[in-house]
Amino acid sequence: MAERILMKGNEAIAEAAIRAGCRHYFGYPITPQTEIAAYMAKKMPKIGGVFLQAESEIASINMVYGASAAGLRVMTSSSSPGISLKAEGLSYIAGSDIPALVVNVQRGGPGLGGIQPSQSDYFQATKGGGHGDYRMIVLAPASVQEMASLTIKGFDLADKYSMTTMILADGTIGQMMEPITFEDAEPTVYEKPWALTGTECKRKHNVVNSLYLKPDELEKKNFERFEKYAEIEKNEAMWEEYMMEDAEICVVAFGITSRIAKNAVAEARKAGIKVGLIRPITLWPFPTEVLRAAADKVKAFISVELSMGQMIEDVKLATESKKPVTLCNRAGGMIPTPDEVLSAIQKAEKGEF
Amino acid sequence: MKTTEILIAGFGGQGILFSGKFLAYKGLLEELQVSWLPSYGPEMRGGTANCNVILSDTPVGSPIITAPNVLIAMNLPSLEKYVDSVVAGGQIYVDSSLIDLKVERDDVEVFYIPATQIAKEEGIATLANMIIVGHLLENHPELSFDGAETVVDKLVPPKKAALKDLNMKALSLGKNYKK
Amino acid sequence: MAIVFEKPKALTDAPFHYCPGCPHGIIHRLVAETMDELGIEGKAIGVAPVGCAVMAYDYFACDMIEAAHGRAPAVATGIKRCRPDNIVFTYQGDGDLASIGMAETVHAAARNENITVIFVNNAIYGMTGGQMAPTSLPGQVTQTSPYGRDVNHCGWPIRVSEMLATLEGPEYITRVAVNNVKNVRNAKKAIKKAFQNQIEGKGFSLVEVVSACPTNWGMTPKQALEWIESDMLPYYPIGVYKDRSAKEDAAE
Repeated sequence: MAERILMKGNEAIAEAAIRAGCRHYFGYPITPQTEIAAYMAKKMPKIGGVFLQAESEIASINMVYGASAAGLRVMTSSSSPGISLKAEGLSYIAGSDIPALVVNVQRGGPGLGGIQPSQSDYFQATKGGGHGDYRMIVLAPASVQEMASLTIKGFDLADKYSMTTMILADGTIGQMMEPITFEDAEPTVYEKPWALTGTECKRKHNVVNSLYLKPDELEKKNFERFEKYAEIEKNEAMWEEYMMEDAEICVVAFGITSRIAKNAVAEARKAGIKVGLIRPITLWPFPTEVLRAAADKVKAFISVELSMGQMIEDVKLATESKKPVTLCNRAGGMIPTPDEVLSAIQKAEKGEF
Repeated sequence: MKTTEILIAGFGGQGILFSGKFLAYKGLLEELQVSWLPSYGPEMRGGTANCNVILSDTPVGSPIITAPNVLIAMNLPSLEKYVDSVVAGGQIYVDSSLIDLKVERDDVEVFYIPATQIAKEEGIATLANMIIVGHLLENHPELSFDGAETVVDKLVPPKKAALKDLNMKALSLGKNYKK
Repeated sequence: MAIVFEKPKALTDAPFHYCPGCPHGIIHRLVAETMDELGIEGKAIGVAPVGCAVMAYDYFACDMIEAAHGRAPAVATGIKRCRPDNIVFTYQGDGDLASIGMAETVHAAARNENITVIFVNNAIYGMTGGQMAPTSLPGQVTQTSPYGRDVNHCGWPIRVSEMLATLEGPEYITRVAVNNVKNVRNAKKAIKKAFQNQIEGKGFSLVEVVSACPTNWGMTPKQALEWIESDMLPYYPIGVYKDRSAKEDAAE
């Protein structure tokens, strides 16, 4: 087995990206994700790659757009306010149907907000953020190991479906260190016949573009894109179930909150409460089916979030509101203790919603 | 199942994060599950710093410590802030050259070590943190002192090789400290 | 019968959508002729702007990408850093390059990004129907400066070439015009040099082309060309503002 090494979550993303064959990184400094840029700045020049600090988040996402159009694996990373600035580019990348990997190590908002961990960009990541009808695949790591494995997976999904994958992490997972192992594996190579490589005067020119002035053509493009999205919803949802076999209460949490919730679930089990956890790993596509199935078995859901309640809407939609869904949340960079989650579980157990 | 939750707190510049890293790597060496979580942001620049290290023989749940088994307090505000959060039966390590306060709990084990003073006398003024860590290792069989040198080698960059010996010296001073 | 005139190979067969009398057609042609003459069409990757030239991707036969408004130099940077052996150029208007995309322009120049920028300055937003541009002249009447550009209210027009020439970074900054045969010929030379510089790895080369917008200026094409001479060129003088290699050669 490969060696266990200690690494910060942010560094794990950077190392995993390099192992996934990414040789181009464009970014702009912002806390709490700067370790990704620092790692890339150190490594890329030594392996024939490019690290470039752009003049802004807007420029960096557009450099990603250009690099991806050129057919190469490329990424950028930022934190909440910076992702808002990248929204324009994310929409263009979506409208041009080309791949990209974008990391958001979330901090509290809105506005300049704070720099402590948050999950309040859930809507922005899963429902759009930029203009127009589009989706991004959104992966939510809950450990340093997953920061790495989901980055590699994220590049593959982005190339497979020719769209953006966003790693939606938070300041805690980004800053913490845990043991991690990297398996030696060659990156998967995807054909990109649309890439801008120069025609060599041997083929018709490739055009990467999101402009369709004829509404019928634009509509057709959108419908085609959503057929692809339907495929992804069918095939790519990922989640983890914890103590769900006989659960009567289902906690739903992703990323850092899922770990806090796990502690609370374990405590509640000691007290004889039948509670389990469903952790969405893909936030889009949302793991709808497992939640829908759970709705027929449990008596209540608790959505644990570092936001004012964003994922809870998807939990209600997925479960068709068949059972009560309550919110256990902190915001602005505050994090719930396992005890706070435990008391939400105890309330739900008593039928207090 | 054994889980040790260590909270290290003090001023920025006292090597709080470094001592946390040492303990995390030591845990890794002992094939434990570990997590290391720093406070981050402007507060690190000369303000308060703290670090959460969890060592466990089962996977670590939340990396955020709310009730530590072990508190290392490197300044008075840290001791005051966290003294009551330590679980009953836990340990508190106090740098008694910087903190006058005595812990008024009788359900925890308290170690008063004048680490900053010892460090100054021994010419390793910046390594008070590692003196305390050395003493902690002695009290924690799951970590033990063996292999400390391997960890120091890992953490101290080759450019600062001289610091390796100084760190080992600090750890030994802590190990052998008697009231 | 001898062929005396041909469409450059680096242009597609798509008919231009530009207004009658618009010099974009001339400038496209100059870029395409340059690609033909340097034999770089097969290696070229062009970046189209948002503005009147938004559909340049249909007109140039090389690989093309459509950038967001003002971001062409950043997109070109991404492409060039991935494919340094390709020839990467942007084709941008004044709103795109000198207003919303000023940061991208300045920083690509500061980095001496090895790309070629064709900057068409016609002192107005054409595509959206004639609003004030960052390069609209003092007193110029547009849809959004209906009483004439009041510099005390909305500031002074920006001389992009002069400004960029103050930077250490860029290799070649020049301003040309397309209002008469002589100037068009000189514009061609400048554009060719800007691509040649990239081939030779010299770095950021920008050609500012002072152009006309008869439609939105409310003039006939002929009047518009005259207005370039009488009003535009006094504020935006033709000339080479920076040519690092020429300066170094002269010093030797």
